[in-house]
Amino acid sequence: MANPVLVLSVRKLSVSFGQRTVLHDLTFDVTRGENLAIIGPNGAGKTVLFRALLNQVPYEGSIEWAPDTKLGYVPQAIAADRQLPLQVDDLLTAKARLLKLPDEAVREAASIVGLGTELLTTRIGVLSGGQFQKAMITFALLGDPNVLLVDEPTASLDELAQEHIYELLEKLRLERNLTVLLVSHDLSVVYQFASKVLCLSKGRPCIGSPRDVLTPDTLAAVYSAVPKFYQHAHPHNIKE
Amino acid sequence: MTSPGEIYGIILALLFAVAAGLVGSFALMKRMLLASDVISHVALPGIGLAYLFGFSPIVGGATTLFLGTLLIWQLQKKTGLATDAMVGVVFAGSLAIGAALTPQEDLVEALFGRFQVLSFFTFLLGVAAVLLVMLVIFRFRDQLLLSLFSPELAAATSVRLDRLNLYFLLVFSLTVLVGLRFMGALLAGALIIIPATTGRRLASNVPRFLLSSCLASVAAVGLGLLITGFLLPNFSPGPIVVAVSALFFALSLLKETA
Repeated sequence: MANPVLVLSVRKLSVSFGQRTVLHDLTFDVTRGENLAIIGPNGAGKTVLFRALLNQVPYEGSIEWAPDTKLGYVPQAIAADRQLPLQVDDLLTAKARLLKLPDEAVREAASIVGLGTELLTTRIGVLSGGQFQKAMITFALLGDPNVLLVDEPTASLDELAQEHIYELLEKLRLERNLTVLLVSHDLSVVYQFASKVLCLSKGRPCIGSPRDVLTPDTLAAVYSAVPKFYQHAHPHNIKE
Repeated sequence: MTSPGEIYGIILALLFAVAAGLVGSFALMKRMLLASDVISHVALPGIGLAYLFGFSPIVGGATTLFLGTLLIWQLQKKTGLATDAMVGVVFAGSLAIGAALTPQEDLVEALFGRFQVLSFFTFLLGVAAVLLVMLVIFRFRDQLLLSLFSPELAAATSVRLDRLNLYFLLVFSLTVLVGLRFMGALLAGALIIIPATTGRRLASNVPRFLLSSCLASVAAVGLGLLITGFLLPNFSPGPIVVAVSALFFALSLLKETA
């Protein structure tokens, strides 16, 4: 890749809540079109990092986005009140109106994600996990962002739905030249899709290619104990 | 037969019903319906002081209402307590102080309201207040929707939550204030709570929800006024309106949940 364009530059980022330091002295860059996976044990500050990137928590250090950056944010599964009389359409239309987008924007975004018309008129409380994530991705795409922040999109999904969501995100990244920052617990997915991995832990954060970071040694250091995933030492394309 | 002052009173009561339906719908979705009870009760000490010192109860009520709203907003911000956690504290406290301050002979009226024969000026003020409520709800409806669904998502869509919450609380209090003399401090909040709950049972998307809440509210006030006007002239309309409203809710239970 010739001259990668810098989209995000984070320098010496620290976030504390009272006495508790969640992120300490974090420095990393993200270039255009990259898929950065953020991994780490619970409490390592993955979501806090996103909130800092979204400028929702006070922080020290610097966070610089490229001037033309438009962020789309896909939140973790929200414990939406099942009783809310809120349809997918209500939510999408609300954002479209806030951003003063044309009327057809909602339908366009929905068709990009493959969110069917019948889902638009479904109450959010009765969506399946996968449908909910698709709705959230559609929501994020409204306003035509060039960077997506995706927070554990598959936390409550079965494997097939997980696969589907990751493939959708990857397709969007390639087709729309998006930069994706993805918090994930699923290391095999990270290995498959990420171009760069940032691991957060109590110790030193590390950053590098999946092949460099996702080794038993680093993972042991990050998670303090070896998780179920490990890097296969043998190549995958052996004929069975 | 019907004086202009009475007609003003009727029109304002019906407009109040629309505002209460709208505000109540969002309050229900924000899970802060009970705050309407707190907020209306906060008016009581002010009304009590007004009776005691002979100034307009609406001014007294408005003053403590406004202060109480700011207090609730600050408490929400500082303590991060759910709104309903404050209900127990402010609700009982202000009811007790208000009841102690209000002269005995005025207490029933302060608590349960009285039909108002309005001067043209008061009527205009009331109409302006209701229009302001409607305008603010309309202007901020999308931000409110996003914020009640997910504050983080709303903030990421550059909604300023803090300011939005204050606007909503102020509009909420203004609605209570318009209904205060008519419904009484004890019941002004009820018209924010009950029609919205009824509307929720009847609708499955937001526009229909807002519409059914408003209709349920207007119907309750209309029917309540007719009943007090023709059948029970010695009663305050407030309790009748609330009873009718509760009856509508009971009827809505006959319908399967949308």
